[in-house]
Amino acid sequence: MALLEVKNLGISFGGLRAVDDVNLSIEEGQLYGLIGPNGAGKTTVFNLLTGVYQPTTGTIKINGENVVGKSPSEICQAGIARTFQNIRLFKKMTVLDNVKTAFHNEIRYNLVTSFLRLPKYFKLEKEMTEKAMEILKVFNLEGEANYLASNLPYGKQRKLEIARALATNPKLLLLDEPAAGMNPNETAELMDTIRLVRDRYRITILLIEHDMKLVSGICEKILVLNFGTELASGTPDVVLNNPEVITAYLGE
Amino acid sequence: MGSILEQLINGLRSGSIYALIALGYTMVYGIAKMINFAHGDIIMVGAYALYVLVALLNVPAIAAVVLTIIICGVLGIVIEKVAYKPLRKAPALSVLITAIGMSFFLQSVALLIFKPNPIAFKSIINVNSVRIGGITISGISLVTFIITFICMIGLTYFINKTKTGSAMKALSEDKAAAELMGINVNRTISITFAIGSALAAVAGILFVCQYQSIQPTLGALPGIKAFVAAVLGGIGSIPGAMIGGLALGLIESISKAYISSQLSDAIVFGVLVVVLLVKPSGLLGKNRIEKV
Amino acid sequence: MKKDKKVTNSNSIFTLKNIIIVICLIIGYFILTFLAEGDFLSRQSKSLIVPMGINIILAVSLSLTVGFLGELSLGHAGFMAIGGYTGALITLHMDLPKGLEFTLALIAGGIMAAILGFLIGLPVLRLKGDYLAIVTLAFGEIIRSVLTSLKITGGAQGLTKIPRYSNYTWVYIVMILTVVLISNFVKSRHGRAIISVRENYIAAESIGIKVSKYKVMAFVIAAFFAGVAGVFYGHNLSILKPGDFDYNKSIEILVIVVLGGMGNIKGSIIAAIALTFLPEMLRSVDEFRTLLYAVVLIAMMLFRSSGFRTKLEESGKLPKFMKPNMKRVK
Repeated sequence: MALLEVKNLGISFGGLRAVDDVNLSIEEGQLYGLIGPNGAGKTTVFNLLTGVYQPTTGTIKINGENVVGKSPSEICQAGIARTFQNIRLFKKMTVLDNVKTAFHNEIRYNLVTSFLRLPKYFKLEKEMTEKAMEILKVFNLEGEANYLASNLPYGKQRKLEIARALATNPKLLLLDEPAAGMNPNETAELMDTIRLVRDRYRITILLIEHDMKLVSGICEKILVLNFGTELASGTPDVVLNNPEVITAYLGE
Repeated sequence: MGSILEQLINGLRSGSIYALIALGYTMVYGIAKMINFAHGDIIMVGAYALYVLVALLNVPAIAAVVLTIIICGVLGIVIEKVAYKPLRKAPALSVLITAIGMSFFLQSVALLIFKPNPIAFKSIINVNSVRIGGITISGISLVTFIITFICMIGLTYFINKTKTGSAMKALSEDKAAAELMGINVNRTISITFAIGSALAAVAGILFVCQYQSIQPTLGALPGIKAFVAAVLGGIGSIPGAMIGGLALGLIESISKAYISSQLSDAIVFGVLVVVLLVKPSGLLGKNRIEKV
Repeated sequence: MKKDKKVTNSNSIFTLKNIIIVICLIIGYFILTFLAEGDFLSRQSKSLIVPMGINIILAVSLSLTVGFLGELSLGHAGFMAIGGYTGALITLHMDLPKGLEFTLALIAGGIMAAILGFLIGLPVLRLKGDYLAIVTLAFGEIIRSVLTSLKITGGAQGLTKIPRYSNYTWVYIVMILTVVLISNFVKSRHGRAIISVRENYIAAESIGIKVSKYKVMAFVIAAFFAGVAGVFYGHNLSILKPGDFDYNKSIEILVIVVLGGMGNIKGSIIAAIALTFLPEMLRSVDEFRTLLYAVVLIAMMLFRSSGFRTKLEESGKLPKFMKPNMKRVK
């Protein structure tokens, strides 16, 4: 059984059909790419998968469980985590606290423990800090743990967002243009990190990206969207040589 | 039978005043995306300005009215330039707090100059009451209806038929795009504040002629109620503000007469809560989806 | 290095820092006793000690909503009123030993305010920003009109002959408790969740935080402490009138929070002390007080978003208490 099974997914805004009949089946451990020209509906698909928008039609199943109609926080608990195209960090929190906040449902203690700082508070806070530092190390951010997130350079902010998403212990990680605004060196480094994350945390990754080098370099399968519908899907070399895909990107 | 009709007329009269004030809230919200908390206090400034001009300086009534409207319009522009313009890119919370501060500022300045005690003011509107069928409509009610009607027609014409009006509409739809189209954002915002404040001045004049007493806090409650009216009609919508104002006036006068005069304020605010929970966009407002 | 130190430091509550704080608090109490009992202060100033404590409780609790959650609540005085009336009705109608009765009144006042906060918060907190602010204002006014029209609360005349139980010892103890509990809370997983809602609620939802739950939580906790402050207020003046808890009172508390730097507990405490004593020291108090409040609100907001502040912050010259109280870069 596939980890993520999306059937007949669609949404309309007023009369506009932003996403129409999208089907997606992602196996566990896969690195999947979602590409398409600007305005093709890629981010809308992410918003549907994570419950930010409610689909007009279709089903979304993760591990066989239908998550349509659930709130974003419930979907996160069901195992889908994401990053955002326009970075959404908790800017006035430290890098460390950004990640610690994401342990919210993983490591729990109750309100009384919060108010009175019972021994459990210290034990679990310490555990959270250690786990967060571990994740930050993967992204080479451990040196900036006590910086405010807003003080990080752009590339590191993108990494921190991935780190924060990982801390929710997802089965499926959605990355929305992780390499946007990065130079070729940074992009290459990011590719390594994404592979490392997949192998080390044994998770499945679906990513939106415009950088074709990154997509063909790390994705095992690709889905191309155009005007909200599927244009092509398959392995990178097949899809990227598909004349229709080339036309959609470059125009007639 | 006669009494319920009289209540309805009372309701429409205070509703007209709410509608005039609500127009200012709604126009400013549409364009600057902020609630101008100080808007209610412009009414108070208008009332004091009229008092000073008429009672202290013996300016003829018509000239005093025109001057009052100009003073409030200019004040609206100044408030925007001094307090709100530097915060256009600041978080909504900062703007809201500044607006509350501005409201307090106007009240406390009035308090310093005129002292807290109410000042008696003799109405400048001397129109005889009219009897239609079994009911009497007071002169002030009649004048309020007529003036409100003229203001609304004028504003609708201005928004729909003039270049500046189109600029306002464009700005409230999409500020960035309007700016790219060559619309002078600062100028349009200033004009919006000026018109809103001028309408508040008209409301203030009608208000003091009705109640014949002025004090520094006089604008606060009508201001908040007019805001409720704007939300009821759908904030950002000009016809909404008109309908919302009249509806609120009716609700208020009927609950005062038939439920409890002490609880009438609670009922008015209850309306706000219900509207926001059931249909936050109000009667005529548009829904907006936040982009992620 | 720094990191290691932090981990060992935060293992227990019995750290050197905390012991020093406790000692300071005890010394603080003796200083307070000296000020309140001795001849050092004027009668006028002595009468401000209890209001100062009340203002600290109010400001610290409101800063939870305004500072940490990032939503403007303009109905804080309403919760204070609920607490005040509940507490007063208990001490007026019960016949228990003073200490027990007052403790009961404080807890009941807090709980009633919290219940009301919950009932109001549940539907209202689906809103945000301007709308939420105006609805809290509306609820504050509704509470006031209901108190005016009820018989049990004495209508517009209010309640009188409430025992004067509030004294500096009680207020001091409860104030310290409030500050400690709320400071602990904001540095816990719950507190981080609340701050994350302020910072970016969409991102907060995306990492599994139930935004409405934490909004209601912040609101209810703030209401609880406002209720407790209300109990002190009634038992200090001995009379309660619905008019005491109008919109202006809510703004007064907001001014303290804003001056304290919104979301900064230490700042709120300093601002509460300053704004309790400062207006009383100025002559012809009432006329200038609202002007002072207005100027504080506008100036603080303009300052926050001005280039001047950024410059000060970068050069490290911005006083510490004016920075928002996140974990600072150390």
